[in-house]
Amino acid sequence: MNRPEKKSFDLYAMTWRLPIIVWQTIFFVGPLLFMVAMSFFVVKNYRMVEAFEFTNWEKMLGRGYFWDSYLLTLGLASLSTVVAMLIAFPAAYALAFKVSDSVRRWAIFLLIIPFFTSYLVRIFSWYVILAESGVVNAILGYVGLGPYTMLNTKFGTLVGYMTLTLPLVVILQTFALSNIDTRLVEAAHNLGCKPFATVWRVVIPLAKTGLIIAALFCFILSFGDFVAPYYLGGSKPPTLPILIIDTTKSGQQWPRAAVVAIMMMVTLFAVAFAALTAAYRKRSRS
Amino acid sequence: MSFERALTWFLRAYVGVVFAFVFIPIIFSLVFSFNSQRFPTIPLGEFSTQWYETILADPDVWQAALTSIIVAVCTSVLATFLGFCTAYSDYRYNFRFKGAYLALILLPPTIPLIIMALAMLAWFSRIGASGEVWSIIAAHTVLTAPFAMAIIRLRLNQMDENLEAAAWNLGASEWATMRHVVLPFCKPAIISAACLCAAVSFDEFAIAWFVSGLNKTVPVVILEIVTGNIDPQVNAIGTFVFLTSMTLVIIAQLLFMARAAKGVRQGAET
Repeated sequence: MNRPEKKSFDLYAMTWRLPIIVWQTIFFVGPLLFMVAMSFFVVKNYRMVEAFEFTNWEKMLGRGYFWDSYLLTLGLASLSTVVAMLIAFPAAYALAFKVSDSVRRWAIFLLIIPFFTSYLVRIFSWYVILAESGVVNAILGYVGLGPYTMLNTKFGTLVGYMTLTLPLVVILQTFALSNIDTRLVEAAHNLGCKPFATVWRVVIPLAKTGLIIAALFCFILSFGDFVAPYYLGGSKPPTLPILIIDTTKSGQQWPRAAVVAIMMMVTLFAVAFAALTAAYRKRSRS
Repeated sequence: MSFERALTWFLRAYVGVVFAFVFIPIIFSLVFSFNSQRFPTIPLGEFSTQWYETILADPDVWQAALTSIIVAVCTSVLATFLGFCTAYSDYRYNFRFKGAYLALILLPPTIPLIIMALAMLAWFSRIGASGEVWSIIAAHTVLTAPFAMAIIRLRLNQMDENLEAAAWNLGASEWATMRHVVLPFCKPAIISAACLCAAVSFDEFAIAWFVSGLNKTVPVVILEIVTGNIDPQVNAIGTFVFLTSMTLVIIAQLLFMARAAKGVRQGAET
């Protein structure tokens, strides 16, 4: 075959390979590394001065409110993940096994639409719907219930997180479940395994990798989202993303915001590492 | 067996409920945008286009729309170019540190936007580019290039490896082969990728909010209105954003499907 000869410097190959390296170094790696460096800078008279001091780390990590915020965010994101996975599973199960191929394709297409509608507008819509005099309470009023306070509560935050994550989780779960070998499920049936036992002992273990990845994406999205806890959850006490915004926008304390951001990154790396290890571990006999 | 049937119908109804939850905010936003009430509830108020009139008369909204369009167009061109380069490199070559190379382009979407926003804000003010329109474009390009790369890479998967080799054998240079064989083959995926990148950029608010300064994009204007108070203008702006994004997504989707059908036809011909 007449493959072009290998040269010591292949201009053609480098034309395609180098642009992204240059671009991501300047606009992706650069900003992230600078943020790490910035966490050691100091702020004097509202101006950031380059330095190498641990004051920001001591100030942030030495305070109770940071850890309160940290645990709150961790708890909310975990709750969001559990709730989204549980709500999504029956729907994904139905889409994977109980509908025709064309219905499944349409369902996935419809679930992609929310990604391209403004998340802010959807949250604003919930804000109005869930308000004290909003649509939900008006409907409940007709049957003599309520009004319930749903805004500025954990419930409101959770509705926001679901708005963000549920479509993605349903899509990823549906993919995970569609990929399993249905003959194994039928075999379990034929051998007398009850439907729910089949789901628990055959379907879920077979789809484990995909399901864990769905949960991981849900966790990452919820952990980093500031809109749901801010507008529907009332922002008090603040979650870590809100803490970053407050520290950056009002306090001009960019280095301290960087500390929060780095703590978030470290946490996400740890969670992602644990999740991926679990997802790709060979199943032990049991 | 009847239990099985009941379960099937229950599950289908359940899917309906989940879809209702997903689409309620979108549909209500559309309805509220034509509703005269300032605090929309049931029963609905009268049909009204006042919110549309308000936003169309607001020069800030027009300015933001212009900025958004500039950002989205430039982002989509840059991200699609970078995505194509990377997808082609991955398709054609094996080289050292390829894993790190691919991580470099694929990682950004997994990092929370608020962290990217802070990092970008600090970086751009360090290099003296804070508040510039092009800094939003640069940040959005980092964010959307992975999507372009993924779409174009999928298309390259369908290309016969011998196609390029055949062109070389017939005497075409690598550059000519790129121009006359590879690029035409990837064209639908390239347009599709450009549309998706534009749509993502058009909706992104966290980075734009931190980096934009005075050059606000439409989502940043929405964010500021929402932070102030309840104002149904947001729904009217949202409807425009929705129509723009959906147009782009549907174009992308149609090309994606046309491409799949074409792939089957080409398969049948050979």
